[in-house]
Amino acid sequence: MSDTSRPNAGPTIQTIALAGNPNSGKTTLFNAFTKLRQKVGNYAGVTVEKKTGTLVLAGNRVVNVVDLPGTYSLAVRSPDERIAREVLTGRSGDTTRPDLVICVVDAGNLERNLYLVSQIQDLGLPMIIALNMMDEVQRQGKEIDVAQLSAVLGVPVIPMVANQNRGIEELKALIAQGVEATYTRRWRMAPDLEEQAQHIVRLLVEHEGFEESEAFSEAISILSVGRKIEKSDDPADRFFKEELIHQINAIQDRLRKMGLRARSAAVEARYAWIKQVLRDVVKDHRPDQQNITDRIDAFVTHKIFGWLFFGGIMGTMFFMIFTIATYPMDWIDAGFGWLSGIVADALPAGLLADLLVNGIIAGVGGVVIFLPQILILFFFIGLLQDTGYMARAAFIMDRVMSKVGLHGKSFIPLLSSCACAIPGIMAARTIESNKDRLVTILVAPMMSCSARLPVYIIMIAVLIPDATALQKSGIMILMYLLGTAGVGIMAFVFKRTLLKSQQPIFILELPPYRMPSLKTILLQMWERSRIFLKRAGTVILLMSIVLWFLMSFPRHQDLPPHEALKHSYAGSIGSTMEPVIKPLGYDWRIGIGLIGSFAAREVFVSTMSIVFNVSEEADAGILRDEFRQARWPDGRPLFTPLVCIGLMVFFVFAMQCISTIAVVYRETGGWLWPTFQLMYMTSLAYVAAFLVYQVGRMMGFS
Amino acid sequence: MTEESPIKLLNDLVKGQTARIHDFTEENDTCARLEEMGVTPGEEISVVRYAPLGDPIEIRVRGYNLSLRKEEADLIQVTEI
Ligand SMILES: Nc1nc2c(ncn2[C@@H]2O[C@H](COP(=O)(O)OP(=O)(O)OP(=O)(O)O)[C@@H](O)[C@H]2O)c(=O)[nH]1
Ligand SMILES: [Mg+2]
Repeated sequence: MSDTSRPNAGPTIQTIALAGNPNSGKTTLFNAFTKLRQKVGNYAGVTVEKKTGTLVLAGNRVVNVVDLPGTYSLAVRSPDERIAREVLTGRSGDTTRPDLVICVVDAGNLERNLYLVSQIQDLGLPMIIALNMMDEVQRQGKEIDVAQLSAVLGVPVIPMVANQNRGIEELKALIAQGVEATYTRRWRMAPDLEEQAQHIVRLLVEHEGFEESEAFSEAISILSVGRKIEKSDDPADRFFKEELIHQINAIQDRLRKMGLRARSAAVEARYAWIKQVLRDVVKDHRPDQQNITDRIDAFVTHKIFGWLFFGGIMGTMFFMIFTIATYPMDWIDAGFGWLSGIVADALPAGLLADLLVNGIIAGVGGVVIFLPQILILFFFIGLLQDTGYMARAAFIMDRVMSKVGLHGKSFIPLLSSCACAIPGIMAARTIESNKDRLVTILVAPMMSCSARLPVYIIMIAVLIPDATALQKSGIMILMYLLGTAGVGIMAFVFKRTLLKSQQPIFILELPPYRMPSLKTILLQMWERSRIFLKRAGTVILLMSIVLWFLMSFPRHQDLPPHEALKHSYAGSIGSTMEPVIKPLGYDWRIGIGLIGSFAAREVFVSTMSIVFNVSEEADAGILRDEFRQARWPDGRPLFTPLVCIGLMVFFVFAMQCISTIAVVYRETGGWLWPTFQLMYMTSLAYVAAFLVYQVGRMMGFS
Repeated sequence: MTEESPIKLLNDLVKGQTARIHDFTEENDTCARLEEMGVTPGEEISVVRYAPLGDPIEIRVRGYNLSLRKEEADLIQVTEI
């Protein structure tokens, strides 16, 4: 199938869309095509927005590729389905209508996958079917007659194993050659319905300027609404001309009188046709074998072992974060110490050396040191997602989540938020109901993310100087639990007040277990750490410089360092704040830390490194000792156990992350929700820290 | 379809039992979604297992596994086969 030696068989292709059911391997194929590294995972709904890239064919021809979120249907019931439909119909603002659709089909699940294929065929676009996961089909002892499938569907079918790069070249060759839409619709509804559908098609073509093929797809979705259409913002009611609405409603009425179920007629007709197609195409040689997935599930969803397994995984994850990670952390620490030593020796003492050593190296180093822990966290999350266990976790946790009105599907956004609220909030897109999605977004940042680790770790170190790994993970798990409790309580409150709605629906596919791919997991860890390091190199670097400036100016070289800081800009901000935070047991120095950490939580640590002038080496041990020695002017220790606990609790609840605010703004489409969220979380944090400190003191603690 | 066998709800089935989908108890978006995912009248459906806390349930339809809450399972009427 050489593509350069002969003229193209079809029109030249410029834009390709990858469509298909969730979890069918679209992103895997997209990554193979574009050499990009979008996230893949064995869980329905990994991709939640369209991603574009370019594919280079032989002869340096460049084609745009759009990776779509997986959908079961083109009916618009959730944001990801809307994206898919808009791209395929050319109504999406920033991508042109694709001139080829590659339907990525999970060969192990042909029946349901072909439903979407049949819907996409209604749109009349040229199409290739990428029959993916052929390895699993073979393992299951099934056989698929590819030629026959291609013949009945009227489109080319390329069998492939996307994650092993099998079939990619064949697919590329076919794209280079060009494909034309030559298939016709083979499924039929009851004659009366067909007639009415044609009637609507005519109306759409004549009054709304639809093209013939698109009008049919539109007519089917109008019929499947199965109720009267009104003028509204509902995406199901896209029609504005009164006249047309009238006629369509008349048709709906007529159908109802005839006793025909218009809503499901097309669905059933398609499935009936698919069944018939598959009868000749799929041969199952071992229909009765119990598969591995079933056996694993019997264990991991078991009444007792299921929970033990779940708890075991979570426990192992946190334990590893506090044991294995300490080694590379020491190396990083030593590295930065070495670096600031060199800089301090090479430069004459003065402003520049001070900026570099105390501002930049201390600030950035104080954050980068947490990289190993973040890597371990993402390793576990990647592992859970790529094997397919994540969906089972949602399955066993759903009952617990539903107690507070949440959804098993909220479990994934919330668990991802343990790593970082940003992917977590974006993952909430798979939740169909808008209100439930919003509740999840509002509470997700309360899950303790990895940026809080630095704060917890330093506070734990001050609290118990030589804590064992067990003690550390114990306190840490307590903090995670506290955050989780906050999530539960606030979700419960929101569901009952602001965002009252019915119990959400919970329909979740449980994919077969798959061998996790080390490459996928490593890539994800790399992607995440890249983002983290980028933050250290940009936001945190900038904040470090700004804070250093605020703390070093106006210059008071005659004063001792402590007094000079107090009279700097930062000192005056902190002092102004002191009355507000004093009830929490904080002084103006902690105030500076809190202000700094508004940009990002981990900045707290770097700010404190600067505030306490831990310059020589960016050493967590030294910062800890400085903290322990810090005193109020009257000689009382500043970081009492209550203050340490109170600070951790403050960070559990406070929003303190500009990036999260930005992503909530984008996901909710306005400033209302991020503003509300910032206010409620900050108030909650304040009240909680206040209670810890004041109630603790009343009970006689210090 | 065997008209004689009584109509039950999907929730009435025990673990491992297979039945035939009869109809939905009401018409709403959830049913529409389920139908599009292959839960259509006339098709076989089986209950694979119940979650440790008794809810949700895992079902198998058209060769793949799906998890539903009991409320959703209550929308699905089945007949025994
Ligand atoms: N066995 C096997 N697994 C595959 C194959 N292709 C992809 N996978 C795995 O299938 C899972 C889903 O792949 P993705 O590429 O994330 O699927 P997607 O279609 O983008 O999914 P959504 O973004 O959720 O719609 C991942 O765990 C992949 O590693 C294949 O050919 N064979
Ligand atoms: Mg994807």
